[in-house]
Amino acid sequence: MHAPLGDDYFNVMRSMLERERDFTPVTASIVDRHVLARGSQEKVIENITRKDKEENPDLIILTPTCTSSILQEDLQNFVNRAGLDSKSDVILADVNHYRVNELQAADRTLEQIIRFYLEKARSQYNEPLRKTEKPSANILGIFTLGFHNQHDCRELKRLLTDLGIVINQILPEGGSVTNINELPKAWFNLIPYREVGLMAANYLKNEYDMPYVAVTPMGLLDTENCIREIVDIVKSSDTSYNFDFETYIDTQTRFISQAAWFSRSIDCQNLTGKKAVVFGDATHAASITKILAREMGIRVSCSGTYCKHDADWFREQVDGFCDEVLITDDHTQVADMIARIEPAAIFGTQMERHIGKRLDIPCGVISAPVHIQNFPLGFRPFLGYEGTNQISDLVYNSFTLGMEDHLLEIFGGHDTKEVITKSLSTDSDLAWAPEALTELQRIPGFVRGKIKRNTEKFAREKNCNLITLEIMFAAKEAVGA
Amino acid sequence: MTNSKLTETLTFECETGNYHTFCPISCVAWLYQKIEDSFFLVIGTKTCGYFLQNALGVMIFAEPRYAMAELEEADISAQLNDYKELKRLCLQIKQDRNPSVIVWIGTCTTEIIKMDLEGMAPRLEAEIQTPIVVARANGLDYAFTQGEDTVLAAMVQRCPSNAPEQNQIEKKSLVLFGSLPTNVATQLNLELERCGIQVAGWLPSQRYADLPVLNQNVYVCGINPFLSRTATTLMRRRKCKLISAPFPIGPDGTRAWLEKICSVFNVAPINLIERERLIWDSLEDYITLLRGKSVFFMGDNLLEISLARFLVRCGMIVYEIGIPYLDKRFQSAELQLLEKTCSEMNVAMPRIVEKPDNYNQIQRIRELQPDLAITGMAHANPLEARGINTKWSVEFTFAQIHGFTNARDILELVTRPLRRNKALENLGWNQLVKM
Repeated sequence: MHAPLGDDYFNVMRSMLERERDFTPVTASIVDRHVLARGSQEKVIENITRKDKEENPDLIILTPTCTSSILQEDLQNFVNRAGLDSKSDVILADVNHYRVNELQAADRTLEQIIRFYLEKARSQYNEPLRKTEKPSANILGIFTLGFHNQHDCRELKRLLTDLGIVINQILPEGGSVTNINELPKAWFNLIPYREVGLMAANYLKNEYDMPYVAVTPMGLLDTENCIREIVDIVKSSDTSYNFDFETYIDTQTRFISQAAWFSRSIDCQNLTGKKAVVFGDATHAASITKILAREMGIRVSCSGTYCKHDADWFREQVDGFCDEVLITDDHTQVADMIARIEPAAIFGTQMERHIGKRLDIPCGVISAPVHIQNFPLGFRPFLGYEGTNQISDLVYNSFTLGMEDHLLEIFGGHDTKEVITKSLSTDSDLAWAPEALTELQRIPGFVRGKIKRNTEKFAREKNCNLITLEIMFAAKEAVGA
Repeated sequence: MTNSKLTETLTFECETGNYHTFCPISCVAWLYQKIEDSFFLVIGTKTCGYFLQNALGVMIFAEPRYAMAELEEADISAQLNDYKELKRLCLQIKQDRNPSVIVWIGTCTTEIIKMDLEGMAPRLEAEIQTPIVVARANGLDYAFTQGEDTVLAAMVQRCPSNAPEQNQIEKKSLVLFGSLPTNVATQLNLELERCGIQVAGWLPSQRYADLPVLNQNVYVCGINPFLSRTATTLMRRRKCKLISAPFPIGPDGTRAWLEKICSVFNVAPINLIERERLIWDSLEDYITLLRGKSVFFMGDNLLEISLARFLVRCGMIVYEIGIPYLDKRFQSAELQLLEKTCSEMNVAMPRIVEKPDNYNQIQRIRELQPDLAITGMAHANPLEARGINTKWSVEFTFAQIHGFTNARDILELVTRPLRRNKALENLGWNQLVKM
C-alpha cells in the first residue's frame, strides 16, 4: 500500500473484526514529506524487495490509495523494476479510487490477478486443458470482511457436495495464487455475490468457455433456482448425471429446512402484511426483499441499495415485490425514508440499525457496512438451506422483540424493584452539593448508581454529611487503598 | 533478563520504518465532544469517510457535530469551485446546528492539491458570520494524537489578548493546554487550588466563547506530550511563557508537574509528597503484579515516554519505546525524569526508537519475549495468538489517565492482560497458532 499514515486502517479491521490470528499481510509504504519532495520510487521499490525477502510471498500487489493516486507517479514502472529483482510476482492494482467503490475495486482486482496467472500459465505450458473427471465447480467471491462470507462458504461446500459436485478452487479466501492455473479444469463457476466475482467469471467464460451460475442461493426459492441452473450445466456436459435433484429440493424445502414450515406455522401468520424496509448491497437487499415478500407474506414498503452502479439489475429483481425503490449512497436519505414510512422492522446495514435505534424501530442486519456483531463465532450462513433457517430466525426475532418493547412501554416497564430502591435512597441523611450533583449527572447512567453508593459510603465513613466535589474524587482514590 | 552494564543515558534511534498508527483526523472523535459548541468539517475523500465510519461507529448517528466534505474527481481536477462548495456546506451547517465555531480539518488530499483553505476561510467567515478555524491534520505530516496538536495550535489565534477588566494585565496567570474530559480537568484544577494557584483557563475550553486570555503575562503548561506545536505557537505568537515539566501521568509525574508549576509561581507546595505516597500505597496490589516484569512499547499515540516512566517507577523493566515522533525539547523534562527514574530503580535504560519499523519490532519481540507488549490493534491479536500478553494502546488515549485520582485506572489497564492470561495459562491456551 502506497499511502500516508493511517490509511492502513484495514489491518486493524481485519485483525479485530475477523479476529484473525495471523499478521495481516498488508504493509504501508509510508508517504511523507520526504517522499513528496523526492518522489516515491526508491522507497516503494525498496519496500517491495524487502517484503519479498522477509515474507517470501508468491505475489506482491502494490496499490495506491486516494492520496497517492493524485501524485500520479508512475507506479507501474516501479512495479516493473521491483519485479526484476524479486522472486515473487509483483502486480499493480489497477483501480481509480475516485471512480469506483470498494466492491467494484475488489471485483476488478480479483479478475486482474486471475488473468495474470492464467496468461502466465498459458505462456509457460502448452498442455491441452483437461476438465476434471467428476463434475466440479469453483466458488469465486468469498472475501475477508465479507458479510458472513466464511459461513456461507461452508454451506455452499455442503450443498455442492450433496449434489455430487467436487469443489475445485475457492477464491480468494483460503486460495493460493499457485493454484489459479487449475481454475479452468472445473466444469463451471459459482458466483454467490453479485458485487464481487462477476468480472472474473466473465473473463473465464470468454477465454475458457466456462459457464457460470450467478443466482444467489439465498432463500428457499432462489436456492432451488440455483440448484436447477447448476444441474442444467452439469447435465449438458455429462448426460449420465442422474442425481435425483427434484426429490432433494423437495425434501430440503419441506422437511430439512424449517423455513417453509415456519412460514406456514400460525405465529408467522401474525407477520402477514406487516411493513418492512430493506436496504443494503444489491445482492442481499434484493434477496431479502424477495424472501420477505414471497416466502413470508411481509409487505416491503421500500427496498433499496447503495450499489448505484447496479441500479438497473436491482430494480428488475425487486420489481413487483416492494412498493418503492430507493437507490442512494446518502444515509440521510435512507433515514428520512424510514422515518416517513415507519415500518414495523428494518432489514438493513449497521447504519440502518442505528437509525432504527433513534426511531425506536427494530432492525436486523443483512448486509455490510458491518460491526463486530456481524462476525459471529457460531455457524451462521445466509445462503443455502441452513441460511433459510437463520434468516427466518432473524426476521422473526426482529419483529417479535419490537412487539415486546412496545408492550413493555404500554404496561409501564419491568416492575416493582426499582420503586423500592428509589425510596430507600431518598431516606439518606447525606446532602449533595450542587457542583457534586452536576458532576454525578455527567457520569454515564449505567455506572452512576454504583458511584453514588460508593461516594455516600465513603462520606459516611469520614463522618461528612455534605458531599462536595473533593469528597467525590477522594472516594474514587480510596477505592484501592 | 538482567543487564549488568547499565547505560548512563538514554539512547535514541530513528528507524524511519513502516509503522502503523491512526490517521490524525481521529482527533475529531474527542475534540467535538470536548468543545460543546463546535462543528468539525473534515475535507477529504472516501478513505477518510470510511475511517471515521469504522472508528467512530455508533457516534455517527448520535447527534453528530462533525461531517465529511467529500472531495470527488471534479473537485480534484478543479472543475468545481471549491469556495462555492464550502460556502454551501457551511451555510447548511450554520442552519442545521448553529455552532459557535466551524473547524475545517484539512487532510492528505487537500495538502497535495494545495487547496487554499487558509485563504478561503477568512473570506467565508466574513460572509457567513461564523468563526472558521483551519487545522491541517493529515497523515503526511502527523500521527494520531498530533491531530489534536494542530487543532489547538490553530485555535491559539482565536484566544483573546486581554481580559475585559484592566487590572488583570500585570498579574501572572496560568493557562493549561490539552484536551481532557471535563471531570479530569476539574480534578487537576482542584490539585492546583490546593497549592494556592488558580487556573485562569484551559485550551480548549468547553465552549468556544470561553477561550482563555493569552498574552506575555500568561504562563502556559501542557498536560499531554504530543502538544509541541501548540506550545511553540503559544510562545512565538502570543509571547506566553512555557512551563516545562513532566506530564501529570502517574502519581510521580503529577507531583513533578505540580511542583514545577508551584516553583514558577513562587508557592510552596503543601503535602504533595505525602499525597503521592498515599496514592502509591493504594496501588500496591496492582504493583505487585508488575514488579520485575518487562514491557515493550511498539508505539502509536505519543504517550509512550510518560507511560514508560510511570511503569519503571512501578518496578517494571522497559525494553524498548517506539514512538512516531519525539520533540526532545518539549519532552525534555519528561525524558530527564525517565533517566532519573531508571537509575533510581536500578534498571537498564530503554531504547527509544522514533518512527519504528513494525516488522523489525515484531522480530525483536520474538527474541526478547517481554512479559507485556503495548501495541496497536493491527498487531495485538496476532501477538496474543503467539503467546505474548498484549495491551492495546488506543485505550490509553480514551481512558482517564491524568492526575492522582486516575493513577489506578492506568494500572487497571496495564494489569488486565496479565490478570486475564494468568487464568488462561493453566488451561494451556497459550499458543493459538500452528507453528
